[in-house]
Amino acid sequence: MLLLQTTSTSSLGETNWVSISIFFAFVALTMYITWWASRKTKTTSEFYAAGRSISGFQNGLALAGDYMSAASFLGIAGLVATLGFDGLLYSIGFIVGWPLIMFLIAEPLRNLGKYTFADVVAFRLKQKPIRIASAIGSILTILFYLIAQMVGAGGLVETLFGVDYTWAVIVVGIVMMCYVLFGGMLATTWVQIIKAVLLLGGATVLVFLALWKFDFSIGNLFQSVSEKYGQESLGPGKYFANPLDAISLGLALMLGTAGLPHILMRFYTVPDAKQARKSVFVATGFIGYFYLLTFVIGFAAAAIVGREAIMKFDAQGNMSAILLSEALGGKFFLGFIAAVAFATILAVVAGLTLSGASSIAHDLYVHVFRNGESNEKGEVKVAKYSTIALGILAILLGLIFKGQNVAFMVGLAFAIAASANFPSLILSILWKKFTTQGAVWSIVVGATSAIVLIILSPTVWEKVLHLKDAPFPLKNPALVSITLSVLSGVIVSLLKPEKEAQEKFEKEKIRTYLGVGAE
Amino acid sequence: MSDQKFQEVLKSEEFKRLAKKRWTVSLLLTFVMLLVYFGFLLLVAYDKELLQTKVGEYTTIAIPLGIGLIIFAWIMTGIYISWANKVYDTEVEELKKKL
Repeated sequence: MLLLQTTSTSSLGETNWVSISIFFAFVALTMYITWWASRKTKTTSEFYAAGRSISGFQNGLALAGDYMSAASFLGIAGLVATLGFDGLLYSIGFIVGWPLIMFLIAEPLRNLGKYTFADVVAFRLKQKPIRIASAIGSILTILFYLIAQMVGAGGLVETLFGVDYTWAVIVVGIVMMCYVLFGGMLATTWVQIIKAVLLLGGATVLVFLALWKFDFSIGNLFQSVSEKYGQESLGPGKYFANPLDAISLGLALMLGTAGLPHILMRFYTVPDAKQARKSVFVATGFIGYFYLLTFVIGFAAAAIVGREAIMKFDAQGNMSAILLSEALGGKFFLGFIAAVAFATILAVVAGLTLSGASSIAHDLYVHVFRNGESNEKGEVKVAKYSTIALGILAILLGLIFKGQNVAFMVGLAFAIAASANFPSLILSILWKKFTTQGAVWSIVVGATSAIVLIILSPTVWEKVLHLKDAPFPLKNPALVSITLSVLSGVIVSLLKPEKEAQEKFEKEKIRTYLGVGAE
Repeated sequence: MSDQKFQEVLKSEEFKRLAKKRWTVSLLLTFVMLLVYFGFLLLVAYDKELLQTKVGEYTTIAIPLGIGLIIFAWIMTGIYISWANKVYDTEVEELKKKL
């Protein structure tokens, strides 16, 4: 039998100098890259899209870096540690959107667009209304995602390093602002790549050390979990009791992935559709591998650290990966994994902010206020001001929502992306009869219903507002809000056809399929 | 690259067939992905006992199925990319020559 001791004490919360040193080394390296990138970042194409100079493989790694947030690293490991198999259902939901990006979106997006996904929604429709609606969809998605990340960062740093919450949020905000402001997409891409390598490397070492304890037999690990927490932990449990709940969440995660503005934007950093395609393949591989690692990390944390010890720090189990790293590799390894988790948040918020700034400068400033006439210098300047504004906003929101339950905000961001951004994008690519009015209605109805329904759902009504009997039964609104969005888009388009849009759809086909004329 | 040549290619049978083929492949793969994923979710929702069936001493069938689904998603992107590289790109190059 395996002899496993359960760690009862932890150095969590004490100032960990290993961690702080590694983190500062990361910041120093990324700042050096930002300085290097700043000399190559002058034009709009350089600021938003790294001059389309990133290779398919590099972009694949950067996409993985953008997507693997601390919420999935710490959150999913935590769910597996505390709930068992049910945690894996989240991982599956987060991965199945990627094949859809590949089949439906990556190539037409790259061929038709320039900097934002709204370029594609608007390519044959009337610019102004589409740009305003898409910008609202993008910015809402980004803001909710950003709040969750900032509050997560503050809390994480406080628990991990013993540094004050306020300072943690301010440091994250300022460092992230520097990357985007001075280095644009080029610096942001390399921050993502370095972070992805660190995270994948760190998680691999963690799994290696964990499996070592079980003689490299996954069966021994499962045995230990089964003996401690019962055989039910190894199969689906109570978490998805209501089938409609499971389907609604599944839809939000799957289609939301394909509607995240900061992910979609990355496809403009590669030279052509072929490289865009390659980057999805590479990203899906790395992300899938990462989720397999978090699955083992979660179970190993339950077996080695113990559920009680994990939940003592955090009821959702968010600290399980961190505690496991301490149990296996001591204070040094804890410091390393903690620094990686912090770097992870930093990279994700940089990607979000850049994408928000591009939406404000490219969609709103150029296409709404200047009727599509862009002068390079003016647009870059506006994008940089937007970066500063978003950075300050992110810090303020992080401070305002301190101590609040923001776990639902990631779910909300995915629900909005799935119900506002995804339907309009896919209908614009696929459906000839789609109209300007149809797109605007689809976006507005999708975003509004997602927000209203989540407030009425048990997720916010009961868990955040502490009221009784939520009026809307599902935990995630996606099933209803996506249906409403698609229905309103289709019905409005059929009621009032737009001949011009249909003609343009045909005319642009050479660009859509052959990539001729793509930027 | 004159406008007239654009029109010719746009109206050609080859081009129309290529566009149709692209979406047939894409939508078929999308359909398979949706079927497998939601099939698995429905199994999780309605037949937990089946998924608790042991395939090893302690390992349940749910675990290889769940992990298999993650790997399946990646393989699906691989299938598309190899089709696009071999078939789609070749035909795109042919058509581009005519422009």
